[in-house]
Amino acid sequence: MTSTVFAPWEDAEAKPLIHFQNVTKRFGDFVAIDDLTIDIYEREFYALLGPSGCGKTTLMRMLAGFETPTEGTIHLAGQDIAPVPPNKRAVNMMFQSYALFPHLSVWDNIAFGLKRQNMPKHNITERVEEMLRLTRLEKFARRKPHQISGGQRQRVALARSLAKAPKLLLLDEPLGALDKKLRQETQFELMDIQEKTGTTFVIVTHDQEEAMTVASRVAVMDHGKIIQVATPDRIYETPNSVYVADFIGDVNIIEGTASANGEDQYAVTWSEGQAPLNATSTTTFAEGQKCHLAIRPEKVTINADKPEGVDNLVQGKILDIAYLGNISTYYVELPSGTVIKAQTANTRRIARRSFTWEDTVWLSWTATAGVLLAE
Amino acid sequence: MGLLWLILFLVGASFFGFLLPVATLSTPFLQYLLQAVILGGLAYLLWRSLDDSRRSAVSRNLLIGTPYFWLMALFLVPFAIVLKISLSDVALARPPYLPHFDWATGIGAFLAELDFENFVFLTEDDLYWKAYLSSLKIAVISTVLTLLVGYPIAYGMARTPAEWRPTLMMLVILPFWTSFLIRVYAWMGILSNEGFLNQFLMWTGIISEPLTILNTNTAVYIGIVYTYLPFMILPIYAALERLDESLIEAAEDLGCSRLLAFWLVTIPMSKNGIIAGSFLVFIPALGEFVIPSLLGGSGTLMIGKVLWEEFFSNRDWPVASAVAIVLLLLLVVPIVLFQRNQQKQQEADQ
Ligand SMILES: Nc1ncnc2c1ncn2[C@@H]1O[C@H](COP(=O)(O)OP(=O)(O)OP(=O)(O)O)[C@@H](O)[C@H]1O
Ligand SMILES: [Mg+2]
Repeated sequence: MTSTVFAPWEDAEAKPLIHFQNVTKRFGDFVAIDDLTIDIYEREFYALLGPSGCGKTTLMRMLAGFETPTEGTIHLAGQDIAPVPPNKRAVNMMFQSYALFPHLSVWDNIAFGLKRQNMPKHNITERVEEMLRLTRLEKFARRKPHQISGGQRQRVALARSLAKAPKLLLLDEPLGALDKKLRQETQFELMDIQEKTGTTFVIVTHDQEEAMTVASRVAVMDHGKIIQVATPDRIYETPNSVYVADFIGDVNIIEGTASANGEDQYAVTWSEGQAPLNATSTTTFAEGQKCHLAIRPEKVTINADKPEGVDNLVQGKILDIAYLGNISTYYVELPSGTVIKAQTANTRRIARRSFTWEDTVWLSWTATAGVLLAE
Repeated sequence: MGLLWLILFLVGASFFGFLLPVATLSTPFLQYLLQAVILGGLAYLLWRSLDDSRRSAVSRNLLIGTPYFWLMALFLVPFAIVLKISLSDVALARPPYLPHFDWATGIGAFLAELDFENFVFLTEDDLYWKAYLSSLKIAVISTVLTLLVGYPIAYGMARTPAEWRPTLMMLVILPFWTSFLIRVYAWMGILSNEGFLNQFLMWTGIISEPLTILNTNTAVYIGIVYTYLPFMILPIYAALERLDESLIEAAEDLGCSRLLAFWLVTIPMSKNGIIAGSFLVFIPALGEFVIPSLLGGSGTLMIGKVLWEEFFSNRDWPVASAVAIVLLLLLVVPIVLFQRNQQKQQEADQ
């Protein structure tokens, strides 16, 4: 295996497969996509994440050709796609509503796209069968869409969009209705397909874990705007805003004012009578600027005894414990009323757990654990 | 609840009592009314003698039985009467056929006088089967024409913004507010040699001589298409309105042109509407007699017209009834097919 990392977005020379240039989409007065500029590169697995109604489907529909941008242009492989009708785009979309043809069997649904491209009959059969196998639908090939379950329908929709092996695949919540195990298996199948065929995927998901697993980059959207695009680890470790930090995973947000405290070092004054918190940040903050310190719960250490030599230390009382099997989250209330979450792996049996409700504990974290955010 | 059903039963029974004397025109109607009242009284006594659980069972059966009762009263009984007349002989009497049922001679003598003469007669004179065939042809052609005109209208309606659809629907139904007869007469004014259509065409200079449309089969087609268009539009519209737009998008996404998507998705998805609409036009068109009488010419042969003439010109009720029975039997086939289509659609909707 070559060890070069797949990161075309860092290469100034690389040409994006999809380029949105200042794209705005309005429905009447309502702005669904707001002055959006993004690049998606070939062979990417681009995950769109965002709250319901933020414009994910609209973005995909513009790529597939069902909506035209009100303003701005979209380029696909260097060409403006505005004049290209949907059936002439090398793009397939899996609809959020599945849009299966009710009058056709599962088999014919999957074969529908293949039959439109003069493929020899036995090749169609082969391909459909392959798709059925991939999505574990062999047994249901002859049934009509209303005779199968919701999850099976979702798989048919996925199989139908995969069948034509397009250059660009748009998947609008492709796995939401599947059980966890099947979902994970399908995720790996998708990644496998992507590796084999070099297809570019744009995928909408509400499941962060899924985005983290499959995506080369994750784009977090809100109100028609892209808030941040970055690799999964970056988006998790270095979110650019409180919104992203809060949207992806669990986070503690502590509000305060920053004051410089050495190179890239800041002291965050956050609560009356409490020592300022220490945090490193490469972005500069003005003296006394309002800021938010975002710390992931798993980076907060919980101790019964006061630890020595730590960067940040606060004391509080355990308010609640959420037991999630492999990990536990402790909700610790500080004297100021702020609740901080701390997470530990449950390496011991539950009976041996060292803390319980109302215990007074010490929370600590390093200066580099948190991210200092302006907003 | 039980009482309600009893009242309903009484009303039904007395209605039944009314229906018979009107149909046979000969028996004193008071006698039937009396019978109905006696039957009702008996039913009431029976009802009172039942305990609660039995009562609920009875009322449930009555509930299920009601549609059958109406079917009996409104369809089977008239059918039986017509069937009986078709088996009778024409006579100079009131009503103009024999035999009549007489309590004195009994049912045996009555049945012995019935025969299939009239049906045999229908096969002997080629007017009848020619009229059936011609009706069939006219009904098929006008159904296809209505479909060709109605489908685009239904499609257009389903595609207009939702707030306009009730208005359009209203416009489609609006003609029903005036009498059907008046509307057909209006077509006579439009289609005649000096009618609006010819005047307009001559004014534009497309033709120099008036076209003869009225009193030809063309006028009959125009009349049938015009009259039954709403019956075609409404079921197709209902099917198209439910059609999910994303299905068309999916078809286009998978490589269909607009036209191909229409053919492969829209048409199959509205299939049930097309079938329902076609039957709703075909079935009445087959027996139609007003339109061919008013708009058709001497060459327009339709079984409805023949039936009308047998009844009112020839006063040959038995032959007319025989024609009606055969027509009904011919219609049973498409009606059963229609019912099956409706049932299949209901199953698909579930
Ligand atoms: N045809 C339309 N007319 C008017 N508004 C629309 C139309 N399509 C979408 N919208 C609006 O645009 C916004 C974005 O819709 P979109 O379907 O892209 O959301 P989404 O991010 O896919 O949400 P979800 O996660 O719930 O699927 C929504 O507020 C929606 O109401
Ligand atoms: Mg969506």
